[in-house]
Amino acid sequence: MGDFLLLATLFLGAGVIAVPLATRLGLGSVLGYLLAGIALSPILGLLHVDVIAIQHFAEFGVVMMLFIVGLELEPRRLWEMRGRLLGLGGLQVGITAAVVIAICLSFGMPWRQGVAVGFIIALSSTAIVLQTLTERGLMNSDGGRSSFSVLLFQDIAVIFMLALFPLLSAPDLFGSTVTHGGESASGHGGGGDLTPFTGLPGWGQGLVSLAAIAIVVGIGSYLTRPLFRFIAMARLRELFTAAALMLVVGIALLMTLAGLSPALGAFLAGVVLANSEYRHELESHIDPFRGLLLGLFFITVGAAVDFQLLADQFWSTLGMTLGVIVIKALILFALSLVFRIGGSDRWLFTLGLAQAGEFGFVLLTLTVSENILPTAVSSQLLLVVALSMLLTPGLFVLYDRICVIMAKRREPAEADEIDSTADIIIAGHGRVGGIVNRMLRAYGHETTVLDYSSSQLEALRAFGFKVFFGDASRPDLLHAAGIENAKLLIVALDNRDQITELVRYVCKHHPHVHVIARATSREHVYDLYAVGCRDMIRETFDSSVRIGRSAFEALGAHAFDAEQMSRAFVQEDRKMLREMAEVYDPDIPNHKNPAFVTRAREVLARQQDELSGGGRVLGAMNDRRWSPPTPKDVRVERDQARSDPDAPD
Amino acid sequence: MSRILVYFAHPGRRYSRANLGMADTVSHLAGVTYIDLYEHYPRHDIDIETEQDRLLEHDVIVFQFPLFWYSTPSLLKDWIDLVLEHGFAYGEGGEQLRDKALLCAITCSSSEEAYSSEGFQHYPLRTFLTPLEQTARLCQMRFLPPYVLYDSLKASEDERLGHHELGYKRLMIGLREGDFDYERAREIDILKADGLDAVLPAAEASHG
Repeated sequence: MGDFLLLATLFLGAGVIAVPLATRLGLGSVLGYLLAGIALSPILGLLHVDVIAIQHFAEFGVVMMLFIVGLELEPRRLWEMRGRLLGLGGLQVGITAAVVIAICLSFGMPWRQGVAVGFIIALSSTAIVLQTLTERGLMNSDGGRSSFSVLLFQDIAVIFMLALFPLLSAPDLFGSTVTHGGESASGHGGGGDLTPFTGLPGWGQGLVSLAAIAIVVGIGSYLTRPLFRFIAMARLRELFTAAALMLVVGIALLMTLAGLSPALGAFLAGVVLANSEYRHELESHIDPFRGLLLGLFFITVGAAVDFQLLADQFWSTLGMTLGVIVIKALILFALSLVFRIGGSDRWLFTLGLAQAGEFGFVLLTLTVSENILPTAVSSQLLLVVALSMLLTPGLFVLYDRICVIMAKRREPAEADEIDSTADIIIAGHGRVGGIVNRMLRAYGHETTVLDYSSSQLEALRAFGFKVFFGDASRPDLLHAAGIENAKLLIVALDNRDQITELVRYVCKHHPHVHVIARATSREHVYDLYAVGCRDMIRETFDSSVRIGRSAFEALGAHAFDAEQMSRAFVQEDRKMLREMAEVYDPDIPNHKNPAFVTRAREVLARQQDELSGGGRVLGAMNDRRWSPPTPKDVRVERDQARSDPDAPD
Repeated sequence: MSRILVYFAHPGRRYSRANLGMADTVSHLAGVTYIDLYEHYPRHDIDIETEQDRLLEHDVIVFQFPLFWYSTPSLLKDWIDLVLEHGFAYGEGGEQLRDKALLCAITCSSSEEAYSSEGFQHYPLRTFLTPLEQTARLCQMRFLPPYVLYDSLKASEDERLGHHELGYKRLMIGLREGDFDYERAREIDILKADGLDAVLPAAEASHG
């Protein structure tokens, strides 16, 4: 227990200190974590911590990340990118591997070793690149989508590489390779001895894989909805977290049992759930775990750098690393020309994917256990992979510089690419939010709706609305719904305190968003004003005024007079509301607030006065409208005209 | 028998005596459809389809209103803006109102003398009504001389109002029965209660 607490404090502390610093310096969170890991490595060495074991655990963050990536990728969009996925991804892996193999062979390396090195170098870092792209909001750009296609293809290719590597090993060790292959295949999910199907022949393996994929798709399509509806009945937030985790971990386990990549399985499950109303809810629950685990993963990458070895072979390692980056970048650049990725997207694609990736660690461990590469070569390659990952944030900084230069050269600014999320978010789809949503959609506006009532959502989805399940008062769900890019947030929740808290949060952290808030009462208007909202609508005010107007009409008032009377009432009421809002203090109860009490007395006195004077204030407001000139006015004007014919009209 | 459609527009009806009196006199006449515009559209949300259908069902259209700043009350202007659509009332294919008659029944607070180059309104009343006249012409409608009550604020005191109301009723009946002399009307600028004999046969109603 003491060990755990010590380690947790070390890792968390290093991250908490290093990441904000790195972000402040514009280097991104990934480099922050890597630096934290480097700083920690001497301490971890003193404590004899097995960094690699922690890394295997932390790799589960990649599984979660791919799950979330899948959630944001509807099947339709995945199908649309099939050309890029196979063409771009396949060519990148194939050409890079071929070039590296050729170089290795020209240096006199045996072909088995060359092939292994080629495959290891061909891979890029899904963790770093996706994290950075998401952080910078580049996932929906052309460069971001192309990068993602390549990364996805690599993730699939790793499965085949893991199966292929044992075949590269020396023949005398061949007998023991199959189980090792199975163990390493689970590298992205932990738990190496859970592969009961590895003894099967090839076609049996294939059948098991297909069955596993079918189960994942089945769970995503048919089981999640009833499961989440069942959980919703308990109305406990942590149960959703547990269920979301269970889903991801369970799928990872299933894929590991079938000898497939858990990351790929999680991605598949994510895609299946991308159309589900629970999408944002799932995302918001998994996201913190993903962030923490990936952070831990980057720290371990930093901590695993063998500085003794690096110092001994510094120049050759640095040379090899730069060589790897240059070769990969050149091939990516050539591909971007072929696939017509233009402008700054080309540079994002070229520089973003130029590093080697974390899958390289997994494959390198395998090369040692399978006797494919000598330990010395493997260790140095490990350094090259880690170093190239360490340099990646630098590559993104380079990308920024290129963007600045290109932006200066380009005269007319190109329009921003429209993000796929709607720029209107409606929190709460009950009696209030529902009408607002219908109104906005009737005029062609896309909306993202968040609500906490499962039965309500089901009905809405049946009518083809884009609605998501979740507690909209949670910032992370808002984040998942795209508050960063939203123009307008309509808060139509039922609960007064939830409304206030949500409005307070958004007004403070996302001041660019126009917030329209539902106010439950007069006092609530004051509260909302105090937390920064300037557009609040009393939920029952307008309908009450209409009821009053109907009453006037029923009492025999002319429709137009009734309209004018209710308008005058609304004006007077708003004026009163403003006067009271000025002296309202949310921290003091109204009756203990002397300024409020004084003002209330004044307003009441005015109203009393008005009542005893037969509605003078309201009446006077209406009386002056369309009142005719008196006969006296007419006479005076006429006389003036007679005495002075040239007077202006 | 002609069908008559009266649009009455007066936002300040609580101050109105002349217009309400005129309304009471003709609103229940057979063959007359009487529409209080401010009652129908207190929020100015005019239903164009309904209004156009109404126009098609009638032969004589009457605008009854107090003259506000040498023009109609705003709702009546809204009505004109929205209902007399291109393709319906004018322009290509817009002949739906052809040969219908348009009569304005107007109350003015100024005296008759004020509406002259010497008076303090500086122009004859018909000059102020040219926008309406041209509107009718564009819609291929016959613009009838307006039926006017001058000095309307004092009309109830000197008993001119009752006379004006009866004249209004006589005018409506004459238009309904086809007794109105459209040819002679073309030569007349302004119709008043005591000048109706020029366009209507001396009928019993006029002495009632």
